[in-house]
Amino acid sequence: MAHAYTPGLKVLHEAKVDKDRILPLKGDVLVEKDAHVDPDDIVARTHLPGNVQMLNVANTLNIDPTDVKDVMLKQPGDKLKKGDMMAETKGLFGFFKSSVIAPIDCTLEAISPVTGQVVLRDAPIPVEIDAYMSGTVAEVIPEEGVVIEADAVFIQGIFGIGGESRGELAILTDTREDELTADMIKAEHAGKVLVGGSFLSLAAYKKALAMKVAGVVVGGFNYFDLEEILGYTLGVAITGSEDLVTSLVLTEGYGEIRMGSRTFDLLKRHAGKFTSINGATQIRAGVIRPEIVIPLAHEDLKGDAHVAKVNEGIQAGSLVRVIRAPYFGRIGTVVSLPAPLHKMESETMVRVAEIKIDDDVMTIPRANLEMVETD
Amino acid sequence: MAGKELKTILATDCGSTTTKAILIELTDQGYRLKTRGEAPTTVEAPFEDVTKGVLNAIMEVEELSGLKILDGDQIIHPMKDKNTGVDVYVSTSSAGGGLQMMVAGVVKAMTGESAERAALGAGSIVMDVLASNDGRLPHQKIERIRQLRPDMILLSGGINGGTVSHVVELAEVLAAANPKPRLGQNYKLPVIYAGNDKAQKNIEDTLGEITDLDIIENIRPVLEIENLGPARDKIHDLFMEHVMAQAPGYKKLMSWTDAPIMPTPGAVGSLIEMVAKKENISVVGVDIGGATTDIFSVFEGQFNRTVSANLGMSYSVCNVLAEATLENVLRWVPINIDEGELTNRIGNKMIRPTTVPQSMEELIIEQAIAREALRLSFIQHKSFAVKLKGVQQERTISDAFDQSDSGETLVNMMDLDLLVGSGGVLSHAPRREQAMRMMIDAFVPEGITQLAVDSIFMMPQLGVMANIENSDMAESARTAAVEVFENDCLIRLGTCLAPIGKTKPGQTLLTAEFDLPETGKQVVELKYGEIIVIPAPYTAIKAKLIPGKNMNIGKGKGEVLNTDIFGGTVGLIFDGRGRPFELSHEKSTRIENLRKWSKATNEYPDTKALGGA
Repeated sequence: MAHAYTPGLKVLHEAKVDKDRILPLKGDVLVEKDAHVDPDDIVARTHLPGNVQMLNVANTLNIDPTDVKDVMLKQPGDKLKKGDMMAETKGLFGFFKSSVIAPIDCTLEAISPVTGQVVLRDAPIPVEIDAYMSGTVAEVIPEEGVVIEADAVFIQGIFGIGGESRGELAILTDTREDELTADMIKAEHAGKVLVGGSFLSLAAYKKALAMKVAGVVVGGFNYFDLEEILGYTLGVAITGSEDLVTSLVLTEGYGEIRMGSRTFDLLKRHAGKFTSINGATQIRAGVIRPEIVIPLAHEDLKGDAHVAKVNEGIQAGSLVRVIRAPYFGRIGTVVSLPAPLHKMESETMVRVAEIKIDDDVMTIPRANLEMVETD
Repeated sequence: MAGKELKTILATDCGSTTTKAILIELTDQGYRLKTRGEAPTTVEAPFEDVTKGVLNAIMEVEELSGLKILDGDQIIHPMKDKNTGVDVYVSTSSAGGGLQMMVAGVVKAMTGESAERAALGAGSIVMDVLASNDGRLPHQKIERIRQLRPDMILLSGGINGGTVSHVVELAEVLAAANPKPRLGQNYKLPVIYAGNDKAQKNIEDTLGEITDLDIIENIRPVLEIENLGPARDKIHDLFMEHVMAQAPGYKKLMSWTDAPIMPTPGAVGSLIEMVAKKENISVVGVDIGGATTDIFSVFEGQFNRTVSANLGMSYSVCNVLAEATLENVLRWVPINIDEGELTNRIGNKMIRPTTVPQSMEELIIEQAIAREALRLSFIQHKSFAVKLKGVQQERTISDAFDQSDSGETLVNMMDLDLLVGSGGVLSHAPRREQAMRMMIDAFVPEGITQLAVDSIFMMPQLGVMANIENSDMAESARTAAVEVFENDCLIRLGTCLAPIGKTKPGQTLLTAEFDLPETGKQVVELKYGEIIVIPAPYTAIKAKLIPGKNMNIGKGKGEVLNTDIFGGTVGLIFDGRGRPFELSHEKSTRIENLRKWSKATNEYPDTKALGGA
């Protein structure tokens, strides 16, 4: 049977979700295997090396670099307070001494006899990793971190900004086609994750920031409005480190696009539950898509958790979403995947799929389809 | 022929967006392209395994060739019988974000630039150049290194036997930053030292323990010589060993190939260099990809390559928009379009990078962006492809009035003989006229310049074939690369004739008299603001070119030039839009001109129907 590999986004009502919680450098893991964790629990901790200052003692004292060791009062590994004397010349008959004092609280790391420089390092910067979602510690990677596992609703968005966030899920629009407007966002939504329909304007996002909303999930947002939020033009889709009170997850893309019905219905079904979201996006190798995770209580489980299977790509009967104009955002079913190349309006010769959308059958380039992976 | 005679060669290129496979067979006419396949690259979820895209592209080759190549997830090689398997399988790759490097040199314009050239030559993206004199304080350099997290660092500095302290100072900055690689926690960052040989012991003492240090020959042993080969080779080895092995699925892919996987820019560059050398001409090559645009040039026998990270047509398409500005992209669009809608569409291409233009409007927008990506990349290339700096030049008194600094650009558009384009947007342009127009508009060739395009985007694969080192198959693979390149890959589009000089509207820029094989004697009078296309085959055509007043077509102002010119698939394009070329700032005039030129070159169907001004 003809099939084609096609990227797709997951919209799963029950899934085994694994989250790696890994330190940027080796450090200490604070939880044990099989332990239950809540989102705010710290699971691993380390210290990044502090910032560095370099000071050329040879130049400051007007001596040869090879003589620096002889004038140092402190040695590598010694701790220094700002203002401590760290080097001093012998002077002439004990007079006319020159000295160098520590410009910061630091540790003396190295002395170079070649350049006459000393390396001073600030105090280490602590880094802590929390659990992000409720779940169980499935694996401990010694000195590096843990893998947290949970049975959860798992939805992937297409693009997001802001890092990890969490809060109670609140559905603000009646349908997936409605815009989430500024007047819908109120003070009572502080710390919550809001779900809208087709669109969020810049004004509405600003209101969400002002109300300290934890996160917003909507179908679309204007690309050109990102500049005002980020302070720069987003050139490549690598986000997640923005310091934003309100993370934003787009399920469909840029512009006004109604949210996929399965996504909207699934979110609606879990209104009021505690939800973890992550706006981080990286559309490169090792792709990262923004995500929405709603851990499920034992009584919510139906026992039909989605098990990742070998993806065979789209084939006749597959549910797909069109991801480029002129049918952007529409969802349909694959009727057939004809083998010969097809000439499009643009005169481009491409491999196509015939898609049934509502009652019409349309010919769409296979490359412009996205599989909707549901359970 | 020494070594084994190869009958079938399978080659793939894993681009950041698309994986391309080609099948080459030995026929009675020599090596020929049999068929090709294409599939989205699968470094992304849900696959996160590059070999899936490779298998899918090969599956297309299988379907179209009738040859059985795959046995499940295995490529059958060597051949079992004439219908089963291939003799050799090779691959290039730029997927996975490529190789991202930082380089450091004592003097930014000298060893710093040589280090940059070596890194770019090896096909890497240079994230930053550190130098003793780059104006940054040590702590700023340290912060930069920690923030960028490169895959690898190349440290150079000082001529052999020169002063030691400056390069050691740079090493101390690196050591203080204690850099961590982008991928993986469990290995040390690879650092290559290619500087003053007298400093090797000090560098070892400073960086030996905290980094994975390799010490190789100096890239600038004396001021007058660059010795880039050893650094390029070492970068390539480390790339294979450390970086590529981290990308999803590469270990498996590496185990399949009969020769080491080459970074795509390395493979294309070697092919461009080969053409320039063989024909003894000046060449510019361009490969416009999804994430980067790579430009290669050979002028005065000197090869240069630049990789413009984040100037590409999919992953980095919004960066082209940001760097070029919306106004500059729109100036190439001959239709009215809502600006907000346009930016959303471009944004959607960035987040869904593997899509293709279905409507004519989408194609026009994509080709407008491509012009800007090419233009910006070429500006970067010109500023980089310069003569060696720091070299003392002997000057005579007559030079006193015509002095230029050492380090002037080597790229002289009047000297350019051949411009070759590759990459999806050029190779797959539905009309070859579109590829020719995109290149002319972006590169603005001067005088007489031949243009060609990679027919189906296979220069990377041919490049890796030409570079196979295994003595058993090297000669056969190289012959195959050359024969397929000449017969199947390179489509000769034609020649652009663009006089330069100051002129006024309505003035004649050039009168050309030439004999065409079929239609006989022709005279073309080119006026300012016009483009004239004359269909002509790829054959030597005797021509007399008479430039207008103050105009120059290659021999000097007003000087008549008798020469051979070559047509091609498109033919001869007489470009009378002036050099320097500028588009009108007045919208309706600009759209009117774009439509006139589009019609003259048969670029698009009637664009008026798509939305008039």
